[in-house]
Amino acid sequence: MTDGASTGLPDDVVTAMYTNMLGARLFSQRIFNLQRQGRAGTNAPIDGSEALVVGASFALDPEVDWILPQYRELVGLERFGSDVLDRYVLYCIGHPDGGHIPEPARVWPPQISLATQVPHAVGLAWGMKRAKEPGCALVFLGDGSTSEGDFYEAANFAGVLDAPVIIVVVNNGWAISTPITSQTRAKNFAEKSHAFGIPGITVDGTDAIAMYEAVADARTRAIAGAGPTLIEAVTYRLGPHTTADDPTRYVPSDELAAAQERDPIVVMRDEMKRRNLWSQEGEDAILAEADARMERAVVAGEARSLDPAEMFNHVYDEPTPRLARQRTEFQAK
Amino acid sequence: MNMLEAINHTLIAEMERDERVMVFGEDVAQNGGVFRATEGLLERFGDERVVDTPLAEAVIAGTAVGLAAAGMVPVPEIQFLGFSYQAFHQIAGQIARLRYRTRSRFEVPITIRSPFGGGVRTPELHSESLEAQYANIPGLKIVLPSSAADAKGLLTTAIRDPNPVLFLEPLRGYRMIKDEVPTGEHLVPFGQARTVTEGSDVVVIAWSFMVELSRRAAAQLADEGISVRVLDLRTIVPLDTEAIIEAVEQCGRVVVVQEAPETNGFASEIIATINDQAFYSLEAPVQRVSGYDAPYPVGMLEDHYVPDVERISTAIRRAVETEA
Repeated sequence: MTDGASTGLPDDVVTAMYTNMLGARLFSQRIFNLQRQGRAGTNAPIDGSEALVVGASFALDPEVDWILPQYRELVGLERFGSDVLDRYVLYCIGHPDGGHIPEPARVWPPQISLATQVPHAVGLAWGMKRAKEPGCALVFLGDGSTSEGDFYEAANFAGVLDAPVIIVVVNNGWAISTPITSQTRAKNFAEKSHAFGIPGITVDGTDAIAMYEAVADARTRAIAGAGPTLIEAVTYRLGPHTTADDPTRYVPSDELAAAQERDPIVVMRDEMKRRNLWSQEGEDAILAEADARMERAVVAGEARSLDPAEMFNHVYDEPTPRLARQRTEFQAK
Repeated sequence: MNMLEAINHTLIAEMERDERVMVFGEDVAQNGGVFRATEGLLERFGDERVVDTPLAEAVIAGTAVGLAAAGMVPVPEIQFLGFSYQAFHQIAGQIARLRYRTRSRFEVPITIRSPFGGGVRTPELHSESLEAQYANIPGLKIVLPSSAADAKGLLTTAIRDPNPVLFLEPLRGYRMIKDEVPTGEHLVPFGQARTVTEGSDVVVIAWSFMVELSRRAAAQLADEGISVRVLDLRTIVPLDTEAIIEAVEQCGRVVVVQEAPETNGFASEIIATINDQAFYSLEAPVQRVSGYDAPYPVGMLEDHYVPDVERISTAIRRAVETEA
């Protein structure tokens, strides 16, 4: 497993990453609370994945690279533009515009159908390669999603194509209640790369700098035409699967306690302290700013208008006669 | 020109017109497709635009999504429609709704070509007629040509359409169906049914190869003095409701023919539409000819399963003889 101990990342980058990580956790907790208040639907908190998401996002170039999330990551992608969080808030409160992350943010909306985003990322990378565009595509999926056929089909084809794609398997130990020992007999998820003939590495996903370096290396390979990389980012899911889940039914408390020792926020805070970048006042200021930023997103989201007839739009570029007739009937009632 | 040649020529013309068009799938490049629909494309357009994929239908459909987002115009082939069971989650769950869930940030100009239907003694799962399943998925357009000319005109429209199109080719008709195909640019708009045979006693509504069989039935029954109109829907999504209603109003008697199993087939949708909008024009109950509610059978049973001219003719006579 690689770690980021010997890094030469500049202080300002480390501070920016820590800021985004603190923000990600706060945003996630706020959206969780909105669900408890009946103001948002079921959603999946990020707790435990902050370092790997933020670290990956900083290793990419938001101008040319794409991120295809699963559903837990969008609170951690501030680097790819403020629209990502604003639209994710809309998504969680049930506004259809939540699925539209506008240009120029190169981020796809949440994906609920597990692993289906991996073929999309491979196709996108394939198209970028054919168009001779400079970037790459990075796709997140979970340890449980590696049991889906789409993961194998897509990673295999990515290898054949030498597609500039980075496949990040977030191994947080759990697929809702199913532990990784029930997903696979493989020793780890990185070794699945052998079947595809592509490089696979395991990274400490609680260490944002380690994740940054792993993704930066993979990106260099991708851009150089050397093809895809599979990165297993190991962390632990510190919260429930979603707002609808009760992990006390299955997560051993001693295991969770041990994982909390490696809370990605704590790991990064230690790095900040080691570099003399951390202070309580600084942390408080970051959190206050994130809180205000989230408040603005929620206020704007809840104030956003919505015509119910919008449900008929964007099915096709132009509605079919039948759909148009249904819309007219709906509007007349 | 037969239908297969029309499809091949259209693919070539569209790839020459628009360099974003890419053709990929199982055996489409080196082998030119198992039916030769993509013959010569690799030599003409190279291996960046004509690509043999791994044997994996979900990733054929799924990469089309990403290619479209990268600005390409993907024309993937699913080798037989029955194989699309292994891509259904990508076609129905992803391709069909990408525009909707991104509020049109991503357009999906994907045309999935796939041969379907039976009649040629294929192995299991090569003869499925799944158009009704896909027609129940909002976001897809479902196109089913019955002539070579329409194959050209509809495929051209499909490739230029910014929405995902399932372009279903009657494999039994690939070489059997021959007609005059317009040279040069030829587009047939979606949602405009075609009157194949004029007639006034009864209208037979069909699509794809069932149009060919209905046409033969109409020709035979003309000798018995029954005037049969044959209406080819061409596309079932969008559906030319006006043409259906007009034909029902003029003929008063209706037969709907599909190759798929009876229950929940697209014929049911047509009959429901007639019920909604032309009920009082009916002079007899609508007749339905279809496959049976059994899995598409193996070779020795095939001819007993698929609707044929005789079954269609029997249904037409019943429609004409019944008093309202």
